[in-house]
Amino acid sequence: MADTVGLTSPPERKGIRRLWFAFSQLFAHTPLLGWLLGVLLASGIERIAGTSFARLIGLGKAPVLFGVDIALKTPALLPATLLYDLIIYVIPIFLVVRFLSPLANRVAGWLLRYPMGVSAVVHVLLLYFGLHLWTGVSDYRVLVAKLMLIAIMITLSLNVVNGYMGEFSCSHPGFMALGAYIASLVTVVLLVGGSNFGPARLPAALGPFLFPIALILGGLVAALGAMLVAFPSFRTRGDYLAIISLAFMFIVKSLFENLEALGGARGFGNQPNLASLPVVFIWTMLCIWIINNFVQSTMGKALNAVRDGELAADAMTVDTRKTKMIAFLFAAFWAGVAGGLFAHVLRYVNPGTFGLQKLAEVLAMLYFGGLNSVTGSIVGAVGYNLLSEMLRPLELFKWIIIPLLLILVMLFRPTGLIAFREFNLRNILQPKQQPSKEEVKNVPSAS
Amino acid sequence: MASFLQQVVNALQWGSFYALIALGYSMVYGVLMLFNFAHGDIFMVGSYIGFFIATGLISLASLGIVTLPGWALVTLTILLAMFLTSFVGMLVERIGYRPLRGAPRASAAITGLMIGIILETGNLALLGASRQKFPDIIETTTFQIAGVSLTNTKILIVLISLLIMLALHQFIMRTKWGMAMRAMAYDFMVVPLMGVPLNTIASLTFGLGSALAAAAGVFYGMAFPVLDPYMGIEYGWKAFVAAILGGRGSVVGAVIAGFLMGFIDIFVAAYFPSTMRNLIAFSIILVILTFRPHGFFGQPHSAQLRL
Repeated sequence: MADTVGLTSPPERKGIRRLWFAFSQLFAHTPLLGWLLGVLLASGIERIAGTSFARLIGLGKAPVLFGVDIALKTPALLPATLLYDLIIYVIPIFLVVRFLSPLANRVAGWLLRYPMGVSAVVHVLLLYFGLHLWTGVSDYRVLVAKLMLIAIMITLSLNVVNGYMGEFSCSHPGFMALGAYIASLVTVVLLVGGSNFGPARLPAALGPFLFPIALILGGLVAALGAMLVAFPSFRTRGDYLAIISLAFMFIVKSLFENLEALGGARGFGNQPNLASLPVVFIWTMLCIWIINNFVQSTMGKALNAVRDGELAADAMTVDTRKTKMIAFLFAAFWAGVAGGLFAHVLRYVNPGTFGLQKLAEVLAMLYFGGLNSVTGSIVGAVGYNLLSEMLRPLELFKWIIIPLLLILVMLFRPTGLIAFREFNLRNILQPKQQPSKEEVKNVPSAS
Repeated sequence: MASFLQQVVNALQWGSFYALIALGYSMVYGVLMLFNFAHGDIFMVGSYIGFFIATGLISLASLGIVTLPGWALVTLTILLAMFLTSFVGMLVERIGYRPLRGAPRASAAITGLMIGIILETGNLALLGASRQKFPDIIETTTFQIAGVSLTNTKILIVLISLLIMLALHQFIMRTKWGMAMRAMAYDFMVVPLMGVPLNTIASLTFGLGSALAAAAGVFYGMAFPVLDPYMGIEYGWKAFVAAILGGRGSVVGAVIAGFLMGFIDIFVAAYFPSTMRNLIAFSIILVILTFRPHGFFGQPHSAQLRL
């Protein structure tokens, strides 16, 4: 009897699910623009009043990462950090989201009348301003944000191989190392100079123009390295990519350990300070945009077809080997670019950075976020990095909690949190509430 | 010549660690088509379990409760460590692999990797950062034969390793359980339909592999008596490469590739700067895999990857 009722009436929500439903209904009509405005306001408030407010409630300075690190270090400060988060972040964002969403909806709808690019650029600019204000409080935040953005690039590029192509590649640390060293070599030789390289050859003012060239060169060399992996491993289907790419990673690491001209195992430093936050941000957005276009293109669909059944894809006129090669080289290129940025953010690299530890980290970010999904990679990289920074005070136990979390994610969602979701720009940018009927009638007549 | 022979002896010992660990990878990969990335850390756990057993037995002797003769001490340490570590392996299978049987294979590899990290960190948290000294369970005597110095530890390690490998080969070839494992390696979709219990065989495979890794761990402790929690990482990954080099699911192949890996390691370190060890070792492997992508004894198979 209960079954027949259940078939016709909407599903009944009980307890927490009901609360959650009511809660999510509060924000159902807020477009992305509204959230961005909220973040902007909260970051602005924190920039202006954060430090003094933190002093007022007994925190020494503004908590860097939402106070989690402070609360883990001294649990007695937990109420104060919660209060700080509530006043600075939660309430302003809630107010904006709740009361400005009609305005945000109207603006978002108005923006969509122009080509989609305009709306996308406005959103990205707002996101950048939010990030800029938020990171302005401390240098540590700037560093965390930069590394997070670079992690997004690496995870996305690995997703092209492990998610979209369905192979298991272990060589991303190697590609990163290639990109990092080549880009550093270009900038250091031309702009800085040193005992090994002689005096600087170009004025430092050319740095910002040279930097993209150096990064692209690093990416291209990484892609060249990928060719070395791709030729033997794509002759046969199977797990040989895993082994060959692992061997490649060890070879690259060992190579740089033995290149005394580049510092050997001691590392290679003194990179010019070119990777500022806007530069890293622009490259990350470029990477997301291009990879998203790539995986949604015919090539991306062919890649998915190869993953799901290589024989069938072959029969459907997909040139499987060429597809796999292009995707692999493409992923390696972006890993190389990310490596170059990474080297210029830290302004020091050593071969030990690009070892098995890095591999485990990249794989963790990818499988945490989700395979075959651009959104998943972004969520995975941001989530992993934030978690990793926040749990830093736990020291050793951090490396028990994070793996445990990842195991739980794998057990309950074996392909990651947000897997196999398409990234549809229009769905994200569009207003969440259609304008009322009169407005719909008025708009065409007015225009 | 003498130094060359000396290197051969060292390489045999070094290679037997790789071969024993590679067997565990190879069996899991052969039977279940999965990578067990926790295996290197199971080697580490086995070594530590051996350390505790040996220390316990020696302190029992020094307290005057039970005094074991030397051969019994070695045998008991190895056997107990193998027995206990096999349960660690089964636990890893139960937690990280069995729930993911229907999932993409890479997901299980990731859980394995994470379990490995937990084992390392757990060890570090429980025992602290100081390295442990493996007790001398055997009195070392050195023989000089034609300028080559042989210790009884080296001979023992190589001989027992070969014995264990032979026993494993006999187990897989002669017993009903071994036959079930081979059948599962042939087709793990159909064979369970014939009444072969998949879960039991999977547990058995992980248990056997872990026991072999524990033996390698105890031998490692006997030969190089300093243990640290991260010792399994590089061994594990290199033995993994050796297992694939041997060919999918091939016991003989894994043993040969393991010894080859040991030989490459030792000889590169002997005649080149030791920092180039990985560079040359993996370049050789890359070349071999380019010409024999299925390894030494692997058959080309149509891998129906489930992702």
